Amino acid sequence: MNRRLLRKLRNGAFLALSLLATLLGLACLAAILWTLLAHGLAGMSGQLFTQMTPPPGEKGGLLNALYGSAMMTLLGILIGSPIGVLAGTYLAEYGKNSRLSVVIRFINDVLLSAPSIIIGLFIYELVVVRMGHFSAIAGALALAVLAIPVTLRTTEDMLNLVPPGMKDSSAALGAYPWRTTLSVLYPAARSGIVTGLLLAIARISGETAPLLFTALNNQFWSTNLNAPIANLPVVIFLYALSPYKDWQDLAWAGALIITMTILLLSIAARVILAYLQTERGFK
Amino acid sequence: MAIIDPRHAATQLIYERVFRTATLGAAILVLLILGGVAISLVRGAWPAMAHFGFGFVTHEVWNPVTDEFGALAPIYGTVVTSVIAMAIAVPVGFGIALFLTELCPPLLKRPIGVAVELLAAVPSIIFGIWGLFVLAPILQKHVQPWLIKHIGHIPGIGGIFHGPPFGIGILTAGLVLAIMVLPFIAATMRDVFDTVPPMLKESGYGLGATTWEVIWNVVVPHSRVGIVGGIMLGLGRALGETMAVTFVIGNAHRVSASLLAPGTTISSSIANEFTEAVGDLYTSSLIALGLLLFLITFTVIAIAQAMLRRLERQAANT
Repeated sequence: MNRRLLRKLRNGAFLALSLLATLLGLACLAAILWTLLAHGLAGMSGQLFTQMTPPPGEKGGLLNALYGSAMMTLLGILIGSPIGVLAGTYLAEYGKNSRLSVVIRFINDVLLSAPSIIIGLFIYELVVVRMGHFSAIAGALALAVLAIPVTLRTTEDMLNLVPPGMKDSSAALGAYPWRTTLSVLYPAARSGIVTGLLLAIARISGETAPLLFTALNNQFWSTNLNAPIANLPVVIFLYALSPYKDWQDLAWAGALIITMTILLLSIAARVILAYLQTERGFK
Repeated sequence: MAIIDPRHAATQLIYERVFRTATLGAAILVLLILGGVAISLVRGAWPAMAHFGFGFVTHEVWNPVTDEFGALAPIYGTVVTSVIAMAIAVPVGFGIALFLTELCPPLLKRPIGVAVELLAAVPSIIFGIWGLFVLAPILQKHVQPWLIKHIGHIPGIGGIFHGPPFGIGILTAGLVLAIMVLPFIAATMRDVFDTVPPMLKESGYGLGATTWEVIWNVVVPHSRVGIVGGIMLGLGRALGETMAVTFVIGNAHRVSASLLAPGTTISSSIANEFTEAVGDLYTSSLIALGLLLFLITFTVIAIAQAMLRRLERQAANT
């Protein structure tokens, strides 16, 4: 009898601890979002989207940083995602079980969780040292390298979900694999591949470390790809650590913008995936 | 009968070869990126490695003025912050995974799971400013004075809570890292727990076991490899995490027994000093730090992936 009580007590204690752990995790998310909203909304204003990053002690906005981030993210996706999608296609369609594919899948998963600062150093050595100066294009390349593993993984997974019958029907009509891939598989897996792109954008748009020594920063408006460019993460980094109140406010506003963008993208990606799972019976 | 135009077939074949080569090229590019990372880091780190030799990893002095660079303090900081992070995140992550797979009402399962995954999507720089402006002041005013007063004077373990409460430092960095890696560990463990066949769990319940007994004696042994893989994956993140740590570590190149003292990690040294580094040896030493980080994290992540793969194969076979 005593032993049974002990077992029950222990069961209750551990289950309570697990509930506590979950509440703790949720509390962390809530605390971070609350801080961001409280500080960030105070810094929100129309100026944010119309003016440049200011010198200390003056009012200003984040226009150049927003533009720089948007452009480098866009370029990063434009360069990285075709490579990721093509490589994912190879793994799913051509080299499904080959030894090369096994190795590539493994390396890709390693790259997926590799520290982004390493990728920054790689692009620094590869591009910045050769060009002799920091530049927007180097930043975009670093982001592209980070986008490849994400798009590769989702593309391969999504192509594997296309019912084999569709591929066989296309082949039976005499289509070569390339035609089948472009006209049947890609359209069938379209929303899944788009989800991968959204996740990749969410991943790279908040990256700071790799931009520190590739794109650096720029106090002024610049659209030159061959020159250092302002970008939101690095501006947040520099301004948050500065002693000036105006700069810190801008950093919080920037942090709120970046987090909300990323959370919305992640939620959108999840909604599409949930739709695929229920409506099409994909798993 | 269908008539195939030979010219049409020939062009189709050319397209096929072009497309196939393009996909193969993109796939091989992934290998080249990893190779390129290794080669460029070794090349950049070469001057420092040739100059300092093996002493680079055993010396504590980091002095840009006299061109003396040793990586001991960053290595120490990286290891200690990651250990603190894992000591907190592993049990909490285990609890969350357990709650999501075994206890959670089905209606809440998805929202809570998504909330945990969203925590993983928050960029690391946000954790950094949150740690600096919210967590560090709380620790400085309330937690650290208590630790110093009550544990600081105990001989032996007191040394780790010694010195003034700075707010920022090794302990704060470890805590921020714990929050950062928590969602990765929780999500991986949840997925691993989900691979346990229901039949095994039901057998446990059928024998009269409590929920905890089923978890501890059936679920955990069955998914051991995956649990360790998930922990290693989180460890890889913690070791390489840059921005969150850079904000709250204090950037001091010294090895200090006290967890309350400022310190530095490999990645935060690089982030803080790289653009300001003057002189080839300084830059090269920072890249050598990057090479060290590359070797450590890639080993950890590779082992983690290997273990998770083993679990996947195991799950496919049952």
